[in-house]
Amino acid sequence: MMSNTVTTKLHAVAHGRTGDKGNRVNISVIPYHDEAWPYLLDQLTPARIQAHFAHKGAGEVTRYELPNLPAMNFVIDDVLQGGVNASLNLDGHGKSLAFHLLDLEVTVPASCVVSG
Amino acid sequence: MAKRTVYIGCGAGFAGDRWDAAVPVVATLARRDGPRYLMFETLAERTLALAQQARIENPEAGYSQYLERYVRPVMRDAKAAGIRIVSNFGAANPLGGARKLLAMAREEGIDGLKVAVVDGDDLTAVMTEAEIRDHAPVEGLDMPEGKMVAANVYLGAQPIAEALALGADIVVVGRCSDPALALGPLLHEFGWPLDDLDRIAAGTLAGHLLECGAQVTGGYFADPGFKDVPDFGRVGFPIAEVTADGAITITKADDTGGLVSHRTVKEQILYEMHDPSAYLTPDVTLDITGVTVKEVGPDRVSVTGARGKPMPPTLKATLSFEGGWLGEGEITYAGPNARRRAELAIDVLRERARGLGTNWPLRFDLIGTVATFDGDDGDLRAGRDYSSDGEYRVRMATRGPDKQMAQWIADEVLSLYCSGPAGGAGVRHRIAPQVTTASILIDRARVNPTARLVEETA
Repeated sequence: MMSNTVTTKLHAVAHGRTGDKGNRVNISVIPYHDEAWPYLLDQLTPARIQAHFAHKGAGEVTRYELPNLPAMNFVIDDVLQGGVNASLNLDGHGKSLAFHLLDLEVTVPASCVVSG
Repeated sequence: MAKRTVYIGCGAGFAGDRWDAAVPVVATLARRDGPRYLMFETLAERTLALAQQARIENPEAGYSQYLERYVRPVMRDAKAAGIRIVSNFGAANPLGGARKLLAMAREEGIDGLKVAVVDGDDLTAVMTEAEIRDHAPVEGLDMPEGKMVAANVYLGAQPIAEALALGADIVVVGRCSDPALALGPLLHEFGWPLDDLDRIAAGTLAGHLLECGAQVTGGYFADPGFKDVPDFGRVGFPIAEVTADGAITITKADDTGGLVSHRTVKEQILYEMHDPSAYLTPDVTLDITGVTVKEVGPDRVSVTGARGKPMPPTLKATLSFEGGWLGEGEITYAGPNARRRAELAIDVLRERARGLGTNWPLRFDLIGTVATFDGDDGDLRAGRDYSSDGEYRVRMATRGPDKQMAQWIADEVLSLYCSGPAGGAGVRHRIAPQVTTASILIDRARVNPTARLVEETA
């Protein structure tokens, strides 16, 4: 099963978009190929996402699963360092943060990888 | 009956969207048969606060500054084809917006235009500020301390449907849920009862897919080599085709660029979605966990399986407050040893800003590294290596209550021209008043939206 897997940036396996509400963001992760879904479920754990955003003060991370699409939706609390009300970040809404998440590495079958 | 289709196009997904996006949408809708609508979503959370301040200075103002920009290019063709317009561009003054539209119709020689307004979103009309502040904020924010400048409830689709029943060609709303701009027309056309939850949910999902304009047709999606979007500079805006049973097909204006694919639709379905089984709107609690997305033709995607649960017992209101001043400045260092010159500039700025005797928060970025991903302390950048040569832009930002101090801090970036490291270039610095917001939940019984036609005044 794990033969012919590769380790690559999530960006080559899935796409996504950030939305914000208050001091929270949601980031969708949508695999290019449905076969990647179980690998992403296994590897993109809330704890790993929380650690990846810890430098911004990320609190609780909730992962919602939508196997029908398939897609997952991460809600990350307190990650906007005060939100648009207090943030000094150039990107106060966190709109770029989907691409920070897509910078994570995952190990998936080679057939799940899109080459840019 | 089940085959009857309602067409809803979107001409703007936020205040600041393209002025000419609606033109091909209207041209496409004009070639379709059946009820046709055009929505403009122009009211972000803080836009309304700025509109409220404009109205305080001028009682005729306070509607969206984009109202004329969006409507004038399509006004004549929409009226001629029977395409009805629904928008929240009324902002803080729907009546003022309606009067402006009637004046524009007169200038354009358009006869018989009927304009309706929806009132009732202004919470300050029914509650004192103290009572409003007594509500606990949601979404992880505290109640701001500054002067409250606006408090508006998100209205639902029902008053929009009532305005359409009055025969309005254009419905001008202030604050309403964005999906209501599409659900209102669907309620009017199909007469779905409010307890037909799955249909209300489908109409809400259609509105959610439309509400950000090009974000469902390739906008905010393009990623070269991975997600290519054809003819991107002419990205077409979306049209939803909805039938009485709640089936949705997302497509786009004819003769435009962009694309509608299962991927563009999935990204937009989840945009600003938190719990996908409970997306709260004034009209229904939308559950998208059973939704399936299927490409059914070129630039045509069918979306089915939205489920509805009862509407939440409360309505959300957004409160806006004066939030002090942002001061920021940027300067670029390029070429050999640029990174170290930029880092020296940051050291000098920190010393100078603290020398002004303030403890305001300061943030320093090195744009060209990981500026937007980083936290306020720069931990991410510190853990990585960047070339000494190259091109780096230093940014300093601060925020506090006093306009003069914001200016003094921002001016420290400008002074680097003569007193900072060698080769500093391209300074931009500014201060800007800030609006802070909080959201609270309001008892529905306190809110009483109304729809009425506006007569032209001489």
